[in-house]
Amino acid sequence: MIKKTPFYERLDQLNESQRWGHWSGYLSALTYGMSPKHEYFAVRNSAGFFDTSPLYKHRISGPDAERLLAGVMTRDIRQCRPGKAQYTVWCDDRGFVLEDGVVFRHSETDFLLTAAEPNFGYLGDLVGRLDVTIEDVTDDFGMLAVQGPRSRAILAKLAPEVEKLAYFEHADAKIAKAPVTISRTGYTGDLGFEVRVARDEALSVLDAVIEAGEGHGLRPFGEEALLMTRIEAGLVLINVEFFSSRYAYTDHDRITPKELGFGWMLKGIDADDRPFIGRDAIRRELADRTSRWASVGLVLDWADYDRVYNQAGLIPPKDETPQEYDSMLYDADGERIGYATSLMYSPMLQRHIALARVRPDLAASGTRVNLELTINHHYETVVAEVTRPPFFNPPRKTA
Amino acid sequence: MASTEKNYDVIVVGGGHNGLVNGAYLAKSGLKVLIVERRHLVGGAAITEELRPGFHFTSFSYALSLLRPDIVHELDLVRHGFMPILMPSSFAPMENGDYLLLGQDRDENIKEIMRHSPHDADAMDRYEYDVERVCQLVKPLLDKVPPNIFGGSPEDLEETADLVKHLKGADRKVIHDLVRLLTGSAADFLDDYFESDILKGYIASSGIIGTKVGPLSQGSGMVLLYHSIGEHDGHFGAWSFHKGGNGGFTQVLARAARAYGVEIMLNAPVASVITRNGAAVGVALEDGTELTARTVVSALDPRRTFTQLVQPRELPGDLVENINRMRFQGTSAKVNFALDGAPRYPALGDRTDQYLGFVNIGPSMEYLERAFDDAKYGWYSQRPYIDCAIQSFVDPDMAPPGKHVMSCFVQYAPYHLKGSDWDTEREPFADTVQATLESFFPGFGDLVLQREVKTPLDIERTVGLTEGNIFAGEFFAPQMYFFRPAPGWSQYRTPIDGYYQCGSGTHPGGCVMGAPGKLASQQILRDLKASDG
Repeated sequence: MIKKTPFYERLDQLNESQRWGHWSGYLSALTYGMSPKHEYFAVRNSAGFFDTSPLYKHRISGPDAERLLAGVMTRDIRQCRPGKAQYTVWCDDRGFVLEDGVVFRHSETDFLLTAAEPNFGYLGDLVGRLDVTIEDVTDDFGMLAVQGPRSRAILAKLAPEVEKLAYFEHADAKIAKAPVTISRTGYTGDLGFEVRVARDEALSVLDAVIEAGEGHGLRPFGEEALLMTRIEAGLVLINVEFFSSRYAYTDHDRITPKELGFGWMLKGIDADDRPFIGRDAIRRELADRTSRWASVGLVLDWADYDRVYNQAGLIPPKDETPQEYDSMLYDADGERIGYATSLMYSPMLQRHIALARVRPDLAASGTRVNLELTINHHYETVVAEVTRPPFFNPPRKTA
Repeated sequence: MASTEKNYDVIVVGGGHNGLVNGAYLAKSGLKVLIVERRHLVGGAAITEELRPGFHFTSFSYALSLLRPDIVHELDLVRHGFMPILMPSSFAPMENGDYLLLGQDRDENIKEIMRHSPHDADAMDRYEYDVERVCQLVKPLLDKVPPNIFGGSPEDLEETADLVKHLKGADRKVIHDLVRLLTGSAADFLDDYFESDILKGYIASSGIIGTKVGPLSQGSGMVLLYHSIGEHDGHFGAWSFHKGGNGGFTQVLARAARAYGVEIMLNAPVASVITRNGAAVGVALEDGTELTARTVVSALDPRRTFTQLVQPRELPGDLVENINRMRFQGTSAKVNFALDGAPRYPALGDRTDQYLGFVNIGPSMEYLERAFDDAKYGWYSQRPYIDCAIQSFVDPDMAPPGKHVMSCFVQYAPYHLKGSDWDTEREPFADTVQATLESFFPGFGDLVLQREVKTPLDIERTVGLTEGNIFAGEFFAPQMYFFRPAPGWSQYRTPIDGYYQCGSGTHPGGCVMGAPGKLASQQILRDLKASDG
């Protein structure tokens, strides 16, 4: 039987389209209205809220919790002080990415890891003689992302603490008398927060947020709008941009943090005395420059895009629904040089954008590549330019 | 007379959206450009003003559709804050209390249409497909300088041949539909597809906007086609608000123009274009200041461009005659409201999601035609057509939380009133509009905090559009394409060397489109290149 999140009762009432997907065993709205585009506009123009409760929540606590995480996670959790959060990946010992997630540090000894997939067994097996407890608290909480330029004004009416929260900080507060943890995090690349609340009090918190949002253009948004915002934000998605190395059949479906665009996570790795899983392989990859790919953004040449469709007698489609499949990339000589993993039309940027992978020597911004499309049942290519994501990065995100 | 030290390559007269587009393109290509604007702000008819603390009014132009996408890209407008907010729905109230509410989901729309007529269930798809095919054919013509069919130069002949070739490539049904739209009435065209009054009224409303025609008049088909060509994100006929109203959009244009080096001079009304030996050499401001430039561009309407900025006696007689007989006859007005809350439509209870796009008060073609009847005999409609837009529902920056700004485009309001004048009729007219709204939204009047009325006379006085015509010249076939604004002068040049036109009175015409400004800039650059060898 599919499960319902703590917010479901109200979200069901708000969902006109009744289009639900299944996400980690929970009902999760794909859209609320009849088109995701307008939910997307709410996030970019006013504010939207999204139910992220299905994320797996791992409570990792005990005197050695920091040691465990420092030995598993690619980023150094010791740099993350209580009240802060850290986005990180974790790898296998060949230096290939297993998964990604966010670690919230509540105290010296108490952490919460949110991730798309369960890792209770994996982490448990790595505890050894350390004094660490790993608990599944997924069902204990509801998590509500409130995102968009108006999100701070809305939440500040309920919990003034949000005014002072810096990017990737979190604080305890109360909303509608219920204790909550509010973090300045999200998956939209915009100003935004996530509110974690105990299951039984989730509905009253949601209702308070909805009431505070009246007149501010706040509306619920579903997975389809979320996926649009995350591509504009240049944020990767498991099983789209990458697959867990644990379940890949070949190395073609494996990727290293460097290849996935996380070189920034690896800064200082040479000086890092911390033994973590995959460290030696990653160091070798960096030293020997053996990365196979560079992850980049592509901006399609709008005039070329329109040209190929017009010439084919078609109206150039500008569909904001992300296409999550491989589109091949070629250089001027027709040689294959990479592939796009997500392609969409961005209404904010008024052009097609893609997350892609190219040969490292072609990763410089401004490099021109040809992206393959199927038009009238045959292949055509459209000129695209390499860029560095995020495509959309408003100052308010971190200001 | 005072004279400034500065010397410009180009002076653009008028800081409306086409003047800004024109100036931005010219500056982008390296020219030193000055835009002179009579008022204290740029934008022309596309402005947003905070007339009451927290309430932002789009006093005149209020939505985007026909804006050319290439301008967004070429002028890098996204970087300067371009942000269209697409309208997810259209709401058409009916006089019997029912309504037509169309949204983003095709199947849901079919069900909604079937409530009114099962016959029309599949008519919408057929209609939209047929019109899209015509749009596909016509759209490239919007993005090109019209050929000079009266000229004999090799380029003229080649461009005319290109046009014929373009049309010859089309399907014969598409050509036939095109001619039916260009020459016929919206009613004739819509009757082929639909039987439902509300659906026909809703669609036919696009056939009368800004134009002194009723849906039964020939010519309304062309206006309908024009309003179908607008595209957003690849969808013909899509409309959007711009963040902060259409004034928000022209502020984006001004930022882009300045980024390319354009100087903008405000509060600088131009008295005349200075000519020497048949060539433009600058402009004289009303305060006596003279500014020099080798090129002067008028972004004003044709009447002002040819009979006010320059002396008609410097121009060929047939041009002056054509400009003098060009039809302006503004017929639309605006009545804008600051509201204390959301209007209530009884059949929808407390719902407000029907207000996210246009609210179309034009429930049948007969309603529209009867509204037109009043205008034919020199009076404003007693039951007017109203296109309402409450942007604050999708853009919370427009009004304080819970409050709203409602823009109402009203037709018909003929510039020339029989037996009275607009200064006398301004408030009675607005009362008529408000009474009409009250009949659809009971209790509407109690919500009104403030009312702003813009009659055609106000449009003329404030924005400078002759007779308040929102398109800077009527959308009549003899005033379009290679006849716009006059036969032989559709390529943005004038008989005066170095003097050009780039306003909505040139091809392709009005609406916040930008194409005239861009195409004029291309022509100017071509001519400068030719004269520089």
